[in-house]
Amino acid sequence: MTTEVGSESDVKKVPEVQQQTAPASAEPSQEESPSDPEAAASLEPSSPPADGGPKKEKGISRFLPPWLKRQKSQSQDKPGESSAPPKQESVEAVQEEQEEKHGAGAATASTEQTEEEKSIGSADTQPVREEKSEEKEVETKEEEQVIPHEASGLSALKLNKKMKMVVCHVTLLDGSQFSCEVEKRAKGQYLFFQVCEHLNLLEKDYFGLSFKDNAEQRCWLDPTKEIKRQIRNSQWQFAFSVKFYPLDPSQLTEDITRYLLCLQLRQDIASGRLPCSFVTHALLGSYTLQAELGDHDPEEHRLDYISDFQFAPNQTKELEEKVVELHKSHRGMTPAQSDAQFLENAKKLSMYGVDLHHAKDSEGVDIMLGVCANGLLIYKDRLRINRFAWPKILKISYKRSNFYIKIRPGETEQFESTVGFKLPNHRAAKRVWKVCVEHHTFFRLVSPEQPTKTKFLTLGSKFRYSGRTQAQTRQASSLIDRPAPYFQRTSSKRISRSLDGAPVVNVSDYSQAAGAGENGPALELNSDSKSKLRVQGENIYVRHSNLMLEDLDKTQEDVLKHQASISELKRSFMEATPDPMPSQWDKRLTGSPATTLRLQAQGSAEVKPEVNGQPEVVEVVEETVVIEEVVKAKPKSPAPEVPATVETECAAEVKEERSLSSDSDSEEEAEYHAQPPTTTTHNNKKKQEPEEEQEAVLIQQAPPSGIESQPITEAAEPAPSAEEEKPAELPEEEVHADEPLATPDEAPNGHALQAKAPPTLRAAPTEEEEPHIVNGSASRVEAEHLPQVICCSEPPVVKTEMVTISDTFAAQKTEISTKEVPIVHTETKTITYEAAQLDGNGDGEPGVLMTAQTITSESLCTTTTTHITKTLKGGLSETRIEKRIVITGDSDIDHDQALAQAIKEAKEQHPDMSVTRVVVHKETELAEDED
Amino acid sequence: MSGFGSFTHAVVRALPQSLAKEALRTGSLEVDLLKAQEEHDKYVSVLKHRLGLEVVELPADEALPDCVFVEDAAVVCGDTALITRPGAESRRKETEAMKAALTELGLSIVEMTDESATLDGGDVLFTGREFFVGLSMRTNQRGAEILADAFKDYAVSTVPVQDRLHLKSFCSMAGPGLIAIGASEAAQKALKIMQQMSDHNYDKLTLPDDLAANCVYMNLPSKGDSALRLLLQVFEKLKDHMLIPVSNQEKVKVDGALTCCSVLRI
Repeated sequence: MTTEVGSESDVKKVPEVQQQTAPASAEPSQEESPSDPEAAASLEPSSPPADGGPKKEKGISRFLPPWLKRQKSQSQDKPGESSAPPKQESVEAVQEEQEEKHGAGAATASTEQTEEEKSIGSADTQPVREEKSEEKEVETKEEEQVIPHEASGLSALKLNKKMKMVVCHVTLLDGSQFSCEVEKRAKGQYLFFQVCEHLNLLEKDYFGLSFKDNAEQRCWLDPTKEIKRQIRNSQWQFAFSVKFYPLDPSQLTEDITRYLLCLQLRQDIASGRLPCSFVTHALLGSYTLQAELGDHDPEEHRLDYISDFQFAPNQTKELEEKVVELHKSHRGMTPAQSDAQFLENAKKLSMYGVDLHHAKDSEGVDIMLGVCANGLLIYKDRLRINRFAWPKILKISYKRSNFYIKIRPGETEQFESTVGFKLPNHRAAKRVWKVCVEHHTFFRLVSPEQPTKTKFLTLGSKFRYSGRTQAQTRQASSLIDRPAPYFQRTSSKRISRSLDGAPVVNVSDYSQAAGAGENGPALELNSDSKSKLRVQGENIYVRHSNLMLEDLDKTQEDVLKHQASISELKRSFMEATPDPMPSQWDKRLTGSPATTLRLQAQGSAEVKPEVNGQPEVVEVVEETVVIEEVVKAKPKSPAPEVPATVETECAAEVKEERSLSSDSDSEEEAEYHAQPPTTTTHNNKKKQEPEEEQEAVLIQQAPPSGIESQPITEAAEPAPSAEEEKPAELPEEEVHADEPLATPDEAPNGHALQAKAPPTLRAAPTEEEEPHIVNGSASRVEAEHLPQVICCSEPPVVKTEMVTISDTFAAQKTEISTKEVPIVHTETKTITYEAAQLDGNGDGEPGVLMTAQTITSESLCTTTTTHITKTLKGGLSETRIEKRIVITGDSDIDHDQALAQAIKEAKEQHPDMSVTRVVVHKETELAEDED
Repeated sequence: MSGFGSFTHAVVRALPQSLAKEALRTGSLEVDLLKAQEEHDKYVSVLKHRLGLEVVELPADEALPDCVFVEDAAVVCGDTALITRPGAESRRKETEAMKAALTELGLSIVEMTDESATLDGGDVLFTGREFFVGLSMRTNQRGAEILADAFKDYAVSTVPVQDRLHLKSFCSMAGPGLIAIGASEAAQKALKIMQQMSDHNYDKLTLPDDLAANCVYMNLPSKGDSALRLLLQVFEKLKDHMLIPVSNQEKVKVDGALTCCSVLRI
């Protein structure tokens, strides 16, 4: 371990040193970008107490001569010094202290940076940077320190004086502008919440902020990431708009929310994005008039009174006349009623809530991909030529500029098929992918997942939807208990008369009310709630773990199908579906979107659509179970991400456990991690054609006991595992009980566990981790089971990250384990190290490590590291083999195939052992859109 | 959706003498003109008297042997009528009379002027929530696109039709959210596609005979649901008497005429 650390730090340091000089010399701006994230990251997490530090530090550092500073930090971060690494290990206790410093450093650094922009290289710069490096090393910890998201906002505020502020301009739905000053490194959600507050909007989960990227494409601002990194060189100009169009607007709790939705739809209609017939234009227009102007007044309302309104892309006199005619018929309707009517009609439009993206099918034919609440729609011109409901989709992925969906096989089909689409570029592919993930999560998943992770999760991974699901937001809004807020309608500026004579419950401050209500189910209206629910998006891509293995066992045909043409797929798809039994269809139908809708309609109802809706229970499980996208290390947002990864994995594990227990048929799990780029070079970031790496970790276990949960635990041997598992299980059950939303097989469970799990984890294995408990407010006895779960994924590992631009990627990926687990370095620059914790023993019965062996072999494009550990636990010895296979190469390599091969081989080599876990990390060089 | 099947008007067209010899057909059977005439009269009578619709009867045109099948000439939904461009060249002129009649009824007319587009109304299934357009020998993609443009409120999905003349040769709406579908392989395949493409959940009524799956559903305030059954019976009967595919088509067309040329009661 020690040595590992040393090397790790070395690598990083070196680049850093280089960097140091760089900024001073000339291109501050460029240098900054890489380092920015980290600084920011460290900033965010830093708890209030740290704030004092930064100020101080900054002040001091400015005046201190460089050499002095350097000395100060020397011990910790000097590049070549071996002293640094050791320190890290031993200093858990000191950690906090360090953190503070780091925080300070970060602040300083960032400040410095901004300063640098103007004046090149002050003397201070160098030292400061060094300090920064320290931070990185400890970043993980800092993050774990649990700093509620709100805190970030707070800290931002506190740091205001020092931080550079930027004015953001947000175009609201009524066309007005809202300007707001934010700290330069503020995250998206800070701004978003400012806007929501300004609008007095509580049901904000349907909305989002968007901006135009350099290519004039609309991008959603990721609330969990820094604004600056997302918009890049674009202006700080945003638009507040509806992101998820509620299927049934009548279920929104507040009129103000409906009003905003109306505004959005009016825009959509006027711009042509939402096509309507003449009659519909007229009808919707008339409701708009009624809402805005009230009853038609023959005196006051001449024909020209509506000239200010745009009801359609091409508004004709005829249309206006029709609008007026209909307007007259709405006499007596309140604005809120009019809005409601408007929405009732608008929601039926076929393109309502459909987010369109240009694409080509595999034959190069222009098509449109429409992402909506129910799934993915394929259009050719105006015609719908195919549709893939969420339940039909096993996995969503993208690679370069291609976007793929893996389709669940029909009754008669044996294999999944994959449909590929060609997007204009990598960014577009990613955008679609993201939107899919988000929509799937929001509309299809009912349950919250890992609330806890929130803080960690975020940053870099776009791979997760960070908000609440529709079900959650409904539940949350059902708790809204405030008098209907007053708001002014655009044109009339009349005070709205609310329909819902909201039972005015003495709560004068709505925010308070909201807060109170949230206490329950982890649903909060506050900003922090956002983070809690993050991981949901994963379910989508994921699917059954068996997938990978099955592929091997069977054919790789479908793996190769990637390039199949849409039409072909479509054909086969349809043919495959032929269910002998007519009833099958009906079944499926019930299970499909419709069901989901119904369920969702129930508002706060926690019912998980999937479970009920899905025909095959097993499938459901699968869907929930597998979490493919676990982001281990994010290249761009180094510090924050790492922790996030860890968390995620844990979550995944938890889920897996569940699923296994329920299905108990397979012990193998595959996690598909769509990872961002592994690339080491700064330049790579900009590349459109990234290098891709896949890592597969196979963990084989000695004969598993029949116990359900066992499979999950990699470390445990039959007997011991059983024992261990049991305790673990119990807690879980309890958790479920507690979880309002949780359903046994569902994600919810995983969610519930997650929430608590993290804390546990920390506590058990390493002390350093404890601080993280923040989330775990509820930390309970689950500690025991948690460890197990956790162990597998990422045990308390201290991850180190590099600040250096050139090595950013590598740095991020590297994690230094504090545990005894040997670290294996592969040849690959980027190593995602999965420390296989021997300590399934988190439960207090740490096994004794008997032997540990690491073998590395390489071939052209793969590096296989076999890690064998034998542990003695309670008299039982357990052998675990962990294989890490790194497949490196450009996109030409068929990773799936390679992976399949690898897994197959592993199975053949150790027929007597069972594969308990398969983790796949796919690291693809991301284009700049990383943010 | 609640208003689905509420029709007030029907446009039909008389049988030309030329039907027997010149009408297009997939088989080679002879048409008994007298019988056909009889059936047609009965059909119109049902619409008029038993269902109480206001029936517009267009005169036959001997130059247009297939003109009785008015369904193919227009698609009516809401207050918009799309005048089609029939796939069979010999039938293109059938739309003229139809256009005039529909204009008369106050519908806003959309014409299919694109020379590359073809669309037969028999390939258009309107479920009340969305359209399915069969891509057949008579209807092409472009035709479907134009239809989608004409009825922007609704999703328009395309369904390949194989081994049958039209989409509605084996299916139709037998009620709100209820699709009547034939048992043949082609029909079942098409149904699957439709279900796959739809956001909605339809019930289905499977009929052993594809032709039997073609019916007209009406929800008339005065007649209630019985209207449906009544018509179904009528059609069953008609079918029994039909001796040739053309006659079957005729039935299809005829009822198509009903759907096509009925105006939803608002």
